[in-house]
Amino acid sequence: MTYIRPKFRHPDLPKNDLGYTTKEYEGSLSTLCAGCGHDSISASIIEACFELSIPPHRIAKLSGIGCSSKTPTYFLGNSHGFNSVHGRMPSVATGANMANRELTYIGVSGDGDTASIGMGQFVHVIRRNLNMVYIVMNNGCYGLTKGQDSATADEGSKSKAGSVNPFQPIDLAGLALELGASFVAQSFSGDKQQLIPLIKAAISHQGFAFINVISPCVTFNNNPGSTKSYDYVREHIESTGKTDLVPEKTEILTSYESGTGTNVMMHDGTYIRLEKLASNRNPFDRMGAMNALQNARNRSEILTGLLFVEKETENLHQTINSSDRPLNTLMQEELCPGSSVLADINDELR
Amino acid sequence: MKPTDTKNPEYFHKVVDCQYACPAHTPVPEYIRLIAAGKYTEAYMVNWESNVFPGVLGRTCDRPCEPACRRGRIEEEPVAICRLKRVAADNKDDVKAFMPAIPSQMNGKRIALIGAGPASLTVARDLAPLGYEIHLYDEHEAGGGMMRSQIPSFRLPTEVLNEEVGYILDMGIHTHFKTYVSSLNEILDKGYDAVFVGTGAPRGRNLNLPGREEVGKNVHIGIEWLASVAFEHTHKIGKKVIVLGGGNTAMDCCRTSRRLGGEQVKVVVRSPFSEMKASPWEIEDAMHEDIPILENHVPKSFVVEDGSLKGMFFEKVMAEYDDSGKRQLVPAGEPDVFIEADDVLVAIGQQNSFPWIEKETGVNFDEWGMPFVDRATHQSSNKKVFFGGDSAFGPKNVITAVAHGHQAAISIDLYCQGTALTERPAPFTNLVSKKMGIHEWSYDNDVVNDHRFIVPLAEKKAALSDRKLEVELGFDIATAVKEAHRCLNCDVQTVFEKDKCIECDACVDICPTSCITFTLNGEEEDLRSRLKAPAFNLTQDLYVSDTLPTKRVMVKDEDVCLHCGLCAERCPTSAWDMQQYLYKVTKACH
Repeated sequence: MTYIRPKFRHPDLPKNDLGYTTKEYEGSLSTLCAGCGHDSISASIIEACFELSIPPHRIAKLSGIGCSSKTPTYFLGNSHGFNSVHGRMPSVATGANMANRELTYIGVSGDGDTASIGMGQFVHVIRRNLNMVYIVMNNGCYGLTKGQDSATADEGSKSKAGSVNPFQPIDLAGLALELGASFVAQSFSGDKQQLIPLIKAAISHQGFAFINVISPCVTFNNNPGSTKSYDYVREHIESTGKTDLVPEKTEILTSYESGTGTNVMMHDGTYIRLEKLASNRNPFDRMGAMNALQNARNRSEILTGLLFVEKETENLHQTINSSDRPLNTLMQEELCPGSSVLADINDELR
Repeated sequence: MKPTDTKNPEYFHKVVDCQYACPAHTPVPEYIRLIAAGKYTEAYMVNWESNVFPGVLGRTCDRPCEPACRRGRIEEEPVAICRLKRVAADNKDDVKAFMPAIPSQMNGKRIALIGAGPASLTVARDLAPLGYEIHLYDEHEAGGGMMRSQIPSFRLPTEVLNEEVGYILDMGIHTHFKTYVSSLNEILDKGYDAVFVGTGAPRGRNLNLPGREEVGKNVHIGIEWLASVAFEHTHKIGKKVIVLGGGNTAMDCCRTSRRLGGEQVKVVVRSPFSEMKASPWEIEDAMHEDIPILENHVPKSFVVEDGSLKGMFFEKVMAEYDDSGKRQLVPAGEPDVFIEADDVLVAIGQQNSFPWIEKETGVNFDEWGMPFVDRATHQSSNKKVFFGGDSAFGPKNVITAVAHGHQAAISIDLYCQGTALTERPAPFTNLVSKKMGIHEWSYDNDVVNDHRFIVPLAEKKAALSDRKLEVELGFDIATAVKEAHRCLNCDVQTVFEKDKCIECDACVDICPTSCITFTLNGEEEDLRSRLKAPAFNLTQDLYVSDTLPTKRVMVKDEDVCLHCGLCAERCPTSAWDMQQYLYKVTKACH
């Protein structure tokens, strides 16, 4: 008669380079509906951070409002967190990132938080290429207010009550490509094998990394006729290929046939390996990615996997030439260098 | 792998590790839950039905259940199952009203039981309520067998034993105590419909070393000496005592010696300490009473001066192991050790002995003097004669004897009814959902973090001055309830219904011990290597579902499942459910 997660874990859980098990990356027990896709995404974030051996206290997780934005409570309990105003997570992420560029920033948002109230913030954070991971847990409905169609609901998708959505959806991945995002991926909460490597790659990417994850709402949008139900997504999923993140110290194996795989060197020395790429797909071709996305949509398919990555990208810190060091490490002499420096500046302006 | 057949009564039974390891398959989690609920009488009866001697076993059982306990695989110590059983026995109300009724009309069949130990008493308990006329023979003046003659009173008070033996003798059993059966033929001639032999392993092994014959009266065979103490024939022992042997009998001998005047009592074993046969807790209790245990000492000779015992010489050895792990004791090359002694107790093993069974009876023996007995039916080569307990397959323990007794009773019943002994009734099983509502289960699914609680002991000085003062005091109720909550409720099974599953992964994400994986099917070895957490424990089964719509299967490693119910809690379609599985071994009489 209790709903508390026991403290015991499997005694032989694998440990990462820091000597931690996944337990150190867990959060509190989820209070979302049983079976919610968001919980699988939370689990994937936990697994990705564990596998990358990121110290939990070097991560900041940020969110807005909504079912999706509740999830940071359910993962990375030992990390920094900020649960911000509805649709305003990008502002808070930008401020935090500007103040301390040494943390890993993971923003979590939903289709309402991003595509409706937060659209203005979303497009600008892409435009600025802030170094962060931006995950949208996309279920096509407003789950927290009983399942009304959201801006990402497909035209013709049927709600639980039986009404059909008459409006065109906003394609977040397409929008991100259009606005110049340097890393764009799409995935499905029910496919962790694909999602975990994508999150790892997104964390390693030193610019704005966007992942749109279809995440069924079991309570309000898992009915026949919905295009965001577990069954529909499984039937209409189409993958761009297999993505994997190869740690820096691992030797690149060349066992696969040439031409079938590509390695993308990341800033931190790791590689994203793309295997079994669909023919005529090139992950560095923004136009190609936009076409592929549009073509899949015309076929009523959902294209998943890594859609586009820009190898050499300039993020916001580089663009505005901000401080190399976190602001909290700057001492008084550096912040207030004294009257002689002020005099020099004033002289320049005379 | 093929989908797991949960209809097989043994599948879920095996998940209840404690019950599965128990020779009598007592439903352990069931009675532990009853204890936690304060229902001691009910808990006692669950035990009594299965193992006949809850009060005795709650103090003296060999506890095969505890090393098997799942709790021992997720933290240091298993649940104190044995000591919780005692709590039920200590705190129960009068249980006489719950004992099976004896029919006023007997069925006309007469059965003889030779030896009044746990095996025979179990047969009596199972057959008397069915209307059999039971005749119980024993050489001693009271029933109980080795439970009375070999287990000292400071471990098992006589009142506890008398009470539980009494429940059976009160079933209208015809007792023939102080009657040594010297001929099986004589018994058979009395026209019994069947005879059950439960005479134990009554002969203690002797040690023939130089000087043995000259010091006859100060060298004693362990079990004979214990019996002599139990029946109040022996009241004291010398100040310096050597106990030879490293088994539980040796532990009982040394501790009894401490209470009969032994001041310098030493246990001397041939093997290394780590290989002693005695249960770890018995060794601990002996050492607590200031009894040193000397390892790697092989007895060489008795030293006699002027016709009286002075001590013994021992050769020091070392254990060496060959590639196959076989042990050999080789001389350590040190001078022999002399240990002073007024008395020596020899507790180096027990043997079976059947001088009273004649060849003409048709009961045949193998080259080691053991009867040919069917492992399942307990029938000997004389179809009328059945064996159980230590006398069937050599020395084991009380709980094994009880398990034998239940099986032999079924055989005797079938035999007397003219049914084939192989047509044994199936075990009783029952699987019932524990779901009450959202976040509501009708069992306590909260996994507590407490470590094993320690049973308090009587004050040492008082305990050593009174042979009959029970050393272990038993848990008080508050501690017992806390210890009971450590039980993981392994009998509340995680039952998976493949057709309801939508593969949302909620169970995988929530499981605290990473037991559940959804993956493509494969052979067992391959599957074990692909699970979310390693599945190294090959004694624990994988629970595999039929193929799901995504071509994957659900695989659950039963090894460290906490039975917390979170998988079922987080399942949106109730594809997982928590269902209590009750398994009862078939008995002649329920």
